[in-house]
Amino acid sequence: MNTPNPMTPAERPAPIDKIALNPEIDDLNQQDYKWGFVTDIEQDSLPPGLNEDTVRFISAKKKEPEWLLEWRLKAFRHWLTMTEPTWALVDYPAIDYQAVSYFAAPKSDADKPQSLDEVDPELLATYEKLGIPLAERAALAGVAVDAVFDSVSVATTFKSKLGELGIVFCSFSEAVQEHPELVRKYLGSVVPQKDNFFAALNSAVFSDGSFVYIPKGVRCPMELSTYFRINAANTGQFERTLIVAEEGSHVSYLEGCTAPMRDENQLHAAVVELVALDDATIKYSTVQNWYPGDKNGVGGIYNFVTKRGACRGARSKISWTQVETGSAITWKYPSCVLQGDDSVGEFYSVALTNNWQQADTGTKMIHIGKNTRSTIISKGISAGHGQQTYRGSVRMLKGADGARNYSQCDSLLMGDQCGAHTFPYIDVKNPTAHLEHEASTSRIGEDQIFYLNQRGLSTEDAVNLIVNGFCKEVFRELPMEFAVEAQKLLSVSLEGAVG
Amino acid sequence: MSNDSDPLHNPLLSIREVHASAGGKAILKGLSLEVGPGEVHAIMGPNGSGKSTLARVLTGNENAEVTSGEVLYKGQDLFGLAPEERAREGLFLAFQYPVEIPGIANSTLLREGLNAMREHRGEPELDAIDFLEIAKAKADVLEMEPTMLSRAVNHGFSGGEKKRNEVLQMLVLEPTLAILDETDSGLDIDALQVVAKGVNALRDKGRSFIVITHYQRLLDYIVPDFVHVLANGRIVRSGDKDLALELEAKGYAWLEEGASA
Ligand SMILES: Nc1ncnc2c1ncn2[C@@H]1O[C@H](COP(=O)(O)OP(=O)(O)OP(=O)(O)O)[C@@H](O)[C@H]1O
Ligand SMILES: [Mg+2]
Repeated sequence: MNTPNPMTPAERPAPIDKIALNPEIDDLNQQDYKWGFVTDIEQDSLPPGLNEDTVRFISAKKKEPEWLLEWRLKAFRHWLTMTEPTWALVDYPAIDYQAVSYFAAPKSDADKPQSLDEVDPELLATYEKLGIPLAERAALAGVAVDAVFDSVSVATTFKSKLGELGIVFCSFSEAVQEHPELVRKYLGSVVPQKDNFFAALNSAVFSDGSFVYIPKGVRCPMELSTYFRINAANTGQFERTLIVAEEGSHVSYLEGCTAPMRDENQLHAAVVELVALDDATIKYSTVQNWYPGDKNGVGGIYNFVTKRGACRGARSKISWTQVETGSAITWKYPSCVLQGDDSVGEFYSVALTNNWQQADTGTKMIHIGKNTRSTIISKGISAGHGQQTYRGSVRMLKGADGARNYSQCDSLLMGDQCGAHTFPYIDVKNPTAHLEHEASTSRIGEDQIFYLNQRGLSTEDAVNLIVNGFCKEVFRELPMEFAVEAQKLLSVSLEGAVG
Repeated sequence: MSNDSDPLHNPLLSIREVHASAGGKAILKGLSLEVGPGEVHAIMGPNGSGKSTLARVLTGNENAEVTSGEVLYKGQDLFGLAPEERAREGLFLAFQYPVEIPGIANSTLLREGLNAMREHRGEPELDAIDFLEIAKAKADVLEMEPTMLSRAVNHGFSGGEKKRNEVLQMLVLEPTLAILDETDSGLDIDALQVVAKGVNALRDKGRSFIVITHYQRLLDYIVPDFVHVLANGRIVRSGDKDLALELEAKGYAWLEEGASA
């Protein structure tokens, strides 16, 4: 595990905990042991169970500095005092947190499929439908990297280009090692450890994630996408992302991909924190397509995510765009805290629930600064037995003179077994604030489908046309290629939903 | 009008003894009709007699259930084709009640439909620019504002605008057999003439029409080759355009009595 690697960590897409150590960090590691560490650090994965030792083990495995271990432990101790929230309109059997394994080393290349021939043909068929390039399919399906294509060079080219501008884009673990001062300054500054049950759990046991830092005045010249992160360590379960945009900087970040992501871990609890300083803009786009379970509602990911952005600076802007089609259960409210005067928060969302999927999703816009503005466009599509809830909260605090919000929540239903619910919460403490809310519910009618059939369109094309029309205000916020993929994704996800 | 055994005579559409029900109730009770290429047939008849049901049967709408009989279209079994396949084979219905589809632009629907048909015929897809040129020219024939093309399909359209929009779709898709179900209802007098002009522009020896209407007036503009009366689920009377005038004067009662007798 300590074998030196010829590539620098920044170049390597390989598992993070295999990165060559530097002596300084080794020191800290030794200190961890002093903290009464009992679990064998050499083992590759932990048996199910969660206690302080689990947290210490994870931290030690990642050679984390002491402050971070303390930070995790504080979160863990608080988590023990919390109870799982039950207010969301989702229904699932109780989760036994002691039955979950909180650390597993990523599979070695030897354990992975060696070629596409060894991959589940059904998965490959879906990739094909989505139009995912051949080279990427292998990577997505988890085929051993070296056996397929040289993604390293692609990633390296990007990294050096970004490096010239002072942009940091790396795994969270790497950032802890290479930029500890930045991580320490901002980690938990938007989503505190105690924020909520799942955020506390994540803070205690987070596995890995992404870190982005855009220096003052820099406009990131490319979309930072998971495309060149695909082969990075398997960070699925308790992902932690932190993006910091310094004054006047600009970044667009793409998370996830349209290919169905398989994961043996049922429970996912990610935390994403964004910080935008004066005049900075962060655009965060997500396509979430975790395994939704089968047609009978068996299996599927529980996706309990805390995403929040702080518009700390004046005239800063944070824009969330999400296309959520996967997971058995989604619990997710990407939010904006609009502290800086004239700052702007946006939330554009398409969420689709089919078969037995459940989603309780929405956003929070907290207006603190003067003349802060927020826009919420939420499009929910339910088919099959899918259940969907929009839950949004707009708060205008005392000092938010002239704050404005526009919310629009539209639901589209297919068939009569599914459901849509809307809970817009509003709390206005400033009389000069202005809010506007629009909501609609419509159903794809058989008469509409027939009308389109009569004009020569297949039922599938007819549904896609209606759905894409319904979602267009959100799709146009997505970066171009992503928008095209998202459209295809919706159509694949809705296959067989009507007719 | 026709004779099956005559090889020289190949009707475009041949409806044979069709029985169909809706909501469990028998509506069409042994309806037969033949439409030859280039012919215009008008169908008149009292409310609820089954005119729209006939249109549903022909276009494959599940709300009408065929219980017996057969229909040959271009010599093939029509009931063996899905609704979209019938459309791609050139069967078009201008709906009595056009459906609103928020979110889809009129031009998008037209382009998707036209390209589906072109693909079916093995012709290349039209790109957005070529398509728009065609669509605008057709809208012009119907004296429709080009802005109607970018609006959502029938969404918020007035009754007359919806009817005109059905005819626009017909002009763009250039069907082989068009069924107009009360396209004249709700049109003002000027609009009626404009729509008739559009229909007449399409008249061609290879193209046939079934025009369902309650008003003889439309038939002054779209002059039919045959007029039929549908009552009690069957064609009870057929004639030429003068039959429409007779109906206008006498109503339907005298025919229905005859039918049930
Ligand atoms: N789903 C249904 N359930 C019960 N009855 C139905 C259903 N659909 C149609 N009908 C009935 O079938 C009959 C024929 O309807 P259709 O629409 O074909 O009439 P029409 O001749 O087009 O009348 P109009 O001139 O008023 O348009 C009507 O009595 C109608 O109420
Ligand atoms: Mg009718």
